[in-house]
Amino acid sequence: MNAVPQYDPLSFGETALKLRTFRQQILGNNLANSDTPGFKARDIRFADVLKAQMAGSLPSMDVSMVTTHSGHIEGKVTKEDPRILYRVPNQPSKDDNTVDGDVELSEFTKNSVLTEAALGFLSGTLRGRMSAITGQAS
Amino acid sequence: MSLLATFNIGSSALTAQAMRLNTIASNIANAESVSGPDGRPYRARQVEFNAITSPNSPGAGVAVTKIIESDAPLRMEYRPGHPKANAAGYVEMPNVNPVEEMVNMISASRSYQMNIEAMNVTRQLMLKTLDLGR
Repeated sequence: MNAVPQYDPLSFGETALKLRTFRQQILGNNLANSDTPGFKARDIRFADVLKAQMAGSLPSMDVSMVTTHSGHIEGKVTKEDPRILYRVPNQPSKDDNTVDGDVELSEFTKNSVLTEAALGFLSGTLRGRMSAITGQAS
Repeated sequence: MSLLATFNIGSSALTAQAMRLNTIASNIANAESVSGPDGRPYRARQVEFNAITSPNSPGAGVAVTKIIESDAPLRMEYRPGHPKANAAGYVEMPNVNPVEEMVNMISASRSYQMNIEAMNVTRQLMLKTLDLGR
């Protein structure tokens, strides 16, 4: 049997919910820019990012330069979030925009249903803890 | 809260699309305007969309950055009796293409609907989040 990693349901639920709303924002931004020339649709690979987040291995977004002399200027650049990838378009468009309204809207709706599911799990956990504390079923 | 940001993104798109609809309405209304305030025929206008980016955020919506006047050639119409007619009897008419405008309008209204839909879904999610733990 595969080893299932043991997570605290409360922190797992919180992380999942945060990522869901984060993805909701990305997809919402895709929809908003469906008519912007040259815009590229973005998305995250949810399972991979969630796994990395739970393992606590978040890639750093700051790139700093090494200074070997006191006269060097400290350079610090914030690079793009490496978790956010680009969607592969299934048909090209003349203005180089890769947003496909149908794909984005269905992903958006799917993501919102899954957000509701995450909310449900979190809600159940909270209720369970509450009844453990108070000693009566809520 | 990330969901609030989604809401703001949606509203930026609604504003932008409404502006696009406004320019289209202006173009259609002025399809026959032989002279504007400068005495020249009306020229079709188009909005320019640009994605808003902000650091530490996957995206912040869309904005209309510019309104461009079309430089397509003006339509010449033969109307010898017209006060604006030139020596050969031709009048310069606006370069508005009604077919283009109608197509543009349908596209704008579809995008508007799509963003409304996304905002409705987000609203429901926000209400559900408020009910968390009840």
